[in-house]
Amino acid sequence: MSVQSPISSVNDFVVRFANVNGSGSASANELFARSILRHGVPVSPRNIFPSNIQGLPTWYEVRVTEEGHLGARGGVDMMVAMNPQTWDKDVASIEPGGYLFYDSTKPMPTSKFREDITVIGVPLTAITNSTYTDPRQRQLFKNIIYLGALCALLDLDPKLVEQLIGEQYKGKEKLLSSNVHALHLGRDWALQNLKCPTGLRVKKSDKVGDRIFIEGNSAAALGAVYGGATVCAWYPITPSSSVAEAFTSHCKKYRHDPETGKAKYAIVQGEDELASIGIVIGASWNGARAFTATSGPGISLMTEFIGLSYFAEIPAVIMNIQRAGPSTGMPTRTQQCDVIACAYASHGDTKHVLLFPEDPAEAFEFAAAAFDLAERLQTTIFLMLDLDIGMNHRLCRPLKWDDARQYDRGKVMTAEMLEEGRDFGRYLDVDGDGIPYRTYPGTHPTKGSYFTRGTSRDRYARYSEEGAVYADNMQRLVRKFETAQDMVPRPLQANAAKPTKCGVIYFGSTSPAMDEAIGILESRGHQLDRMRIRAFPFHSSVASFIADHDFVYVVEQNRDAQLRQLIVNENGIDPVRLVPILHYDGTPITARFIANSIGDHQDHLKVTPLRKAVT
Amino acid sequence: MTYIAKPKFHHPGLKKNELGYTHRDYEGKISTLCAGCGHDSITASIIEACYELSIEPHRVAKISGIGCSSKTPDYFLGNSHGFNSVHGRMPSVLTGANLANRDLIYLGVSGDGDSASIGFGQFAHSIRRAVNMTYIVENNGVYGLTKGQFSATADRGSKSKKGVTNTDNAIDLVAIALQLGATFVARSFSGDKTQLVPLIAAAIRHKGASFIDVISPCIAFNNHAGSTKSFDYVREHNDAVNRLDVLVGREPISVDYAPGTVQVVEQHDGTRLALRKLDADYDPHDRLGAQTFLQKHAAKGQIVTGLLYVDPDAEDLHTHLDTVETPLNTMDEQALCPGSAVLDKINASLR
Repeated sequence: MSVQSPISSVNDFVVRFANVNGSGSASANELFARSILRHGVPVSPRNIFPSNIQGLPTWYEVRVTEEGHLGARGGVDMMVAMNPQTWDKDVASIEPGGYLFYDSTKPMPTSKFREDITVIGVPLTAITNSTYTDPRQRQLFKNIIYLGALCALLDLDPKLVEQLIGEQYKGKEKLLSSNVHALHLGRDWALQNLKCPTGLRVKKSDKVGDRIFIEGNSAAALGAVYGGATVCAWYPITPSSSVAEAFTSHCKKYRHDPETGKAKYAIVQGEDELASIGIVIGASWNGARAFTATSGPGISLMTEFIGLSYFAEIPAVIMNIQRAGPSTGMPTRTQQCDVIACAYASHGDTKHVLLFPEDPAEAFEFAAAAFDLAERLQTTIFLMLDLDIGMNHRLCRPLKWDDARQYDRGKVMTAEMLEEGRDFGRYLDVDGDGIPYRTYPGTHPTKGSYFTRGTSRDRYARYSEEGAVYADNMQRLVRKFETAQDMVPRPLQANAAKPTKCGVIYFGSTSPAMDEAIGILESRGHQLDRMRIRAFPFHSSVASFIADHDFVYVVEQNRDAQLRQLIVNENGIDPVRLVPILHYDGTPITARFIANSIGDHQDHLKVTPLRKAVT
Repeated sequence: MTYIAKPKFHHPGLKKNELGYTHRDYEGKISTLCAGCGHDSITASIIEACYELSIEPHRVAKISGIGCSSKTPDYFLGNSHGFNSVHGRMPSVLTGANLANRDLIYLGVSGDGDSASIGFGQFAHSIRRAVNMTYIVENNGVYGLTKGQFSATADRGSKSKKGVTNTDNAIDLVAIALQLGATFVARSFSGDKTQLVPLIAAAIRHKGASFIDVISPCIAFNNHAGSTKSFDYVREHNDAVNRLDVLVGREPISVDYAPGTVQVVEQHDGTRLALRKLDADYDPHDRLGAQTFLQKHAAKGQIVTGLLYVDPDAEDLHTHLDTVETPLNTMDEQALCPGSAVLDKINASLR
């Protein structure tokens, strides 16, 4: 029996499901998360899954958080331990006073439990075996039965769960009724045999508001639809594949000509990443909005073409859903580790625009904006998501679109402009912003054609290996990159409640954990001004922010402090003033980690006496 | 890729085509390839074919990779947009361009290093996707720009200029194109303009993946005894399956052919190809037959030229994707954006 008081918490706890990949648990686990959401209580779920099809361990974690903390918290209050392979690790990860839910069909020795947790046994296998004869049904409905038991244990309203099942199996009455039946099998057994509810409970609330629940990859794909992308070329790679799959799905719904039924889009699954980016560049060169979605290894393969996009100044949008590298690394684990690789992708002197959305809502907005930026700047734009945003459902503000918005097609010289006698030099800096005009192929019978090439050329696109001509072009590209500073999303800054000489910089999926960590740090007496960087090139306010503080923590999810490197490199800042806070084990960064790392550093600063000069 | 300016004057009596263009309107810059290069002959054939078809030069997009062959688009259709992409990756760039605007004519120019080595995959996949293009490989079996290394189309046993014997088997791009489902497959010889011009013209008119492998001897590094891609060798081993002339649209140009020895092939767009058969039992509609014919003659050391296969009812990638007739690059936010009302509904479905 537990010697520790069981955790008692309403609408603030973490449930983790430990399953075997391929056991069909994913939909039941997601149903659990959505059910809590229907109670008006925010949730933050995360998939932690292996890079294989079936057999290896998989986890699904649901953070129930009335306060709305959407980052990972760390620790588990209730473990639904359905995988014998990971039993010891799963049991060990439960917080003191937490709960262990397991299949008690086969009795286990007490040595397999812990004394400081509450063990809840439900004979799931016995219940399913006595109800179903088909082995597959036994497996699938076992998941729904444990969901039913959790309804009783956590005091969930079964009608709300039934409603969700009804939506899921709309029009499939047989599946609907059998799932509802399984749900009640589990719930009834728990109510009759266990003390329900436990100390962990869900109580109806109104904290969800009008927020939506969506994966970042799906939102980014929707952004591509709204942003006017008509050509998508891609090659499957985790964790980016669902971007192209979602784009396909969205296009099928919203992009068909009403009269002919024909597609106003073209999606090609390339033979590899090289072909995918080649198709994107060819389409963009010819005036269509085009994109590809990939991950780190794909970026490696695309780099030659990315250099061409930079130097020949052809728009391209690449959505990079980052995963743990290098090489194959951990394909199904999250990191922010392609910052440098993307910022300077390809050989020679190159610089690329990076956008760092923090959640699906920004993934949508930035994806749409990426197409404007790509055409405006005539270069590659990277939308830098990661697995944590891309493949997990996140609660976020509703997606918004201004119907008055017009696509910015950039500087395109038309046949009429050419007829007027406008001087067309493909690489001529007409406006002093480094951005030249281009023409689409087929524009005019005798004017405006040019040869696109990756070799050096003059302002009129004529091949040239003259050093001065090459340098002139390279300098204009620098000017263009400087112009981009004011076109990309600006960093967002928030000041601490009290004046402070310490700041923190972070970006992307670290955002929700940081929001929570700031509160924890404040409760420990640490004040931090903060800046969320949303794009590269860095806006001038980044350097100002750093200049305004004695030192600034840079929080990121990679080993080598890549954003910090980029800031130092691009802004000429003394590296000593930027303190790296690095998390890179493949799991999403947590508020606990950030607060502890920064807090310890701050505490250390306070207690360490200044070294006095020896006289 | 030259900065040598071509003289602008021309003879006022130059013949004009239906659009009123002369040959000069289809020319590009002066070639900087070696004098006598087979590639220049192919350039001349492309110019001739486009002139004969009365194509508006600016409605052609000419795309290439890297290498001697890939330089040639600079030497024809000076009023067209050209794209010298990266080594071996012309097919993907062309595919993207084609997806963006189905209304232009796409000429893909490549070399044997470009298509049979680094770009072998892209060559294959553009063919199997049925991209509507004319894909011309200027095949000299050697790397010219890097001075004489064997390419993947060099025959086993052939010798380099330095006397090295090639021990690797050759890739026959025509055989591969047939196997991959190209709907227009031909081989020709750069020195046979009479055969090559109508082949290029027919390939341009063909809706679907047209592939022409043109043996084009490298005058500098692969035109010696021991090479199977030299002028002399190809002339001695050439076996043409047919000669063809092009009859454009519904008002055919009169051609000189004897009744009873001509087979007319009507293409999808109404263009007809008149094949003057040299080989009595050769059927250009039989893909399997073409493959067998090719292999049999290759075993004899013969290079088969002519139109080897054509499918008059070919479809292209746009047909397979069922895309709208309107070029995708002309669509604006009105046509593409679902709007805020739809987004509100999407939001509602995500709660």
